[in-house]
Amino acid sequence: MRTWILKRVLVAIPTLLVLLTLTFALVRAAPGGPFDSERSLSPAVERAMATAYHLDEPVHRQYLRYMAAILAGDLGPSFQYPGIRVSDLLAAGFPVSFTLGVNALMLALVLGIGIGFYSAVHQGRWQDRGLMAVAMAGVATPVFVVAPLLVLVVALHWELLPAGGLDAGWRSYVLPVVALALPLAATVARLARASLIEVLSQDFVRAARARGLPETAVILRHALRPALVPIVSWLGPAAAGVMTGSVVVEQIFDLPGIGRFFVQGALNRDYTLVTGVVLLYGMLIVFFNLLVDLAYARLDPRTRLS
Amino acid sequence: MTVTNSFRTRLTAAGCLLVALAQPVGAAQVLHIGNGADPETLDPQKAQTVPAMNIARDLFEGLTRLAPNGEPEPAAAERWEVSPDGRVYTFYLRPGLQWSNGDPLHAADFVAGLRRALEPATASPYGPVFRVIVNGEAVLNGEFPATALGITAPDPQQVRVQLHVPAPYLPGLMALPAAAPLHPANLQTDGAAQVSNGAYVLDEWVLQSHIRLQRNVNYRDNENTAIDTVYFHPTEDRDTELKRYRAGELDITYSVPQGRAAWIRRELPQDLRLAGYLGTYYLGFQCDSGAFAAQAGLRRALSLVIDREVLAEKVLHGLGMPAQHWIPPGVAGYQSPQSPDAGLGREARVVEARRLYAAAGYSAQRPLAFSLRYATSPDSRRLATVLAAMWKQALGVRVSLVNEENRALLSRMKRGGELQAFLWSWIGDYNDPSTFAAVLSSDSAVNYSRWHDAEYDARLLQATNAADLAARQQAYAQAEARLLAEVPIAPLYFYRSRHLVQPRVAGWVDHLLDYHYSRDLSLRQP
Repeated sequence: MRTWILKRVLVAIPTLLVLLTLTFALVRAAPGGPFDSERSLSPAVERAMATAYHLDEPVHRQYLRYMAAILAGDLGPSFQYPGIRVSDLLAAGFPVSFTLGVNALMLALVLGIGIGFYSAVHQGRWQDRGLMAVAMAGVATPVFVVAPLLVLVVALHWELLPAGGLDAGWRSYVLPVVALALPLAATVARLARASLIEVLSQDFVRAARARGLPETAVILRHALRPALVPIVSWLGPAAAGVMTGSVVVEQIFDLPGIGRFFVQGALNRDYTLVTGVVLLYGMLIVFFNLLVDLAYARLDPRTRLS
Repeated sequence: MTVTNSFRTRLTAAGCLLVALAQPVGAAQVLHIGNGADPETLDPQKAQTVPAMNIARDLFEGLTRLAPNGEPEPAAAERWEVSPDGRVYTFYLRPGLQWSNGDPLHAADFVAGLRRALEPATASPYGPVFRVIVNGEAVLNGEFPATALGITAPDPQQVRVQLHVPAPYLPGLMALPAAAPLHPANLQTDGAAQVSNGAYVLDEWVLQSHIRLQRNVNYRDNENTAIDTVYFHPTEDRDTELKRYRAGELDITYSVPQGRAAWIRRELPQDLRLAGYLGTYYLGFQCDSGAFAAQAGLRRALSLVIDREVLAEKVLHGLGMPAQHWIPPGVAGYQSPQSPDAGLGREARVVEARRLYAAAGYSAQRPLAFSLRYATSPDSRRLATVLAAMWKQALGVRVSLVNEENRALLSRMKRGGELQAFLWSWIGDYNDPSTFAAVLSSDSAVNYSRWHDAEYDARLLQATNAADLAARQQAYAQAEARLLAEVPIAPLYFYRSRHLVQPRVAGWVDHLLDYHYSRDLSLRQP
């Protein structure tokens, strides 16, 4: 298994290099530069800025310089915040995005799997139809509708939780986590229901029932594990996406996560910041996909790590 | 070490004790301000955006500061003198000034700050506004060392500034953060402002989360400062900011969402603070090529049929003021000339516009067609749509609307790409007609219309070299009259500063440049 993991990591390196190269080229292809501003700087100042950030060198030299720095673990200086390194910005934003993402994901899984399995067991009855209608609405309702509604009701009307910012400790996280988790939970619920219904119709389940096992035991002991497989494969990309910052939720709740750095970085043409965030996203996706494949092997004995 | 920790400065126990002693009995006063965006830096010489400068003004005090009417008043300097020819200013520092760490604050620190602002290596965005100082231009261009700059400290209590042309707005410039004094310790910490001389010191900066300032116990007027702690929160999303304000998490907002203006007027009329502001939103015409080159009549025709009252009331919901001229009302000692169109009623304007439109060779059979570019925002989109409708209705003009991301449009304007017509704005840097008039001079880097007019340039030169104030203002008025007749740009509306201020905040005064110093504010006890 160790060789398998090592191989996966080695394969990821060229992928990340391609990703970096593309990002490097694309951010520079966008019209407007990091130091374009309304103020007219003197030519001497513009030269000084360009020299300080090596923007006066030919692009291939900038590229080689940047890649060499990356290999040495340096993401470079931020263009937007003079004097601050991109790695410092990521270190500041990641814990927030991570806390938000992990909690939202957990909540979505607990809620989604619970609802999905409950519906599957009551397939075709009113509980199933009611819950799936709610889930369908959840999938169709975007975060930017759910979040302001939550703020309106919970923060402004009931005054139970803060409307934004991070000043109230864990209480600041409650609404963003719920807002982020609800649409995810709806997706999970639909996946879980479909998956369990399929598993319940298979021969080994019928065999288990024929042996006279009670329905709860059938589900928990035999059907649960195979029914989780589709959810796990969904989880890989979803986890990376959620964790690297749900831009919208961070924006609506004024949370200082990576997503905000990414958006502001792109708008300000902060080349190094954007590339740094993309690299982090890329690494996370690789990492989570690796985890998913490992989890597959645990859940489904037919999968072999090879 | 994390970013947070590296920027953290701590008050000593002794400092805290002093704070406690200086306070009347009662809870500490903590102010929460919505500040738009995370500041790019707290280095006063490098600060560029409004959010950065809002904080810099609390941290650093210049020789002067600006009163609500935009006039400079004494700050670190207790008074100043001007030579009879208006070219030498001498500022006299208050006795006993100190930095927040207790170091004495001398005139030389102010000299060092300004020199740094003009040195090319600093790349100060506001450096160029000080080019009126002797050798300013040469220092900015790296031809002379900063020591050649016409600013000296003849003794520890005096700062002397020599100008190569009279600039009555110089005392106002000294209120800009870029003219803040420099403490050597701040050069060691990029953008962090370890030591300051304003009413507050930096306590904590958590990127994209908040910046916390604490009372500076060594500030000259500390005993009259009421607020102990100031939080600046980045609030990029106006709607979120409004919600946080309503939840009581913010005392002052950075702005007001335009779409909610009617609701706010109804529900929070006491909290809404609208005030005149030195900014003009305008329609620009590309004057060096294309349909509008050498077509002053055509440009004027398009300007004539714009109903600016409708724009201000219906599109902006009263958050802007209709603009019939370029330089906003309220600029120190200046009166804009009347626009040639001012006396015309709505119908007369349309008749005149149709005449000019036909004279330019256009008709219903052969309509004018052009593209109007604007930077991405819902407000600009609405405005552009309404303009296109007004032109179509009155003249039959065909307009295609082109929406470009802000930096992309800026880059197009700066690098000479095709523009035809565009929507943009100008915010004055200081309270003087020159900050607006210079925008459209031939050698201006922000003359995006690329309008070159010898008469306009001549008037500006005349104003720059004017011997007395009256002649100076008159020359600017003549320049503006020329601008209004030639219409390289059509002013649409004047900005208004807009904030929500909680009723518990006392001491808030509307300000022409939207400067609000936290030390002027206090919180009413419930």
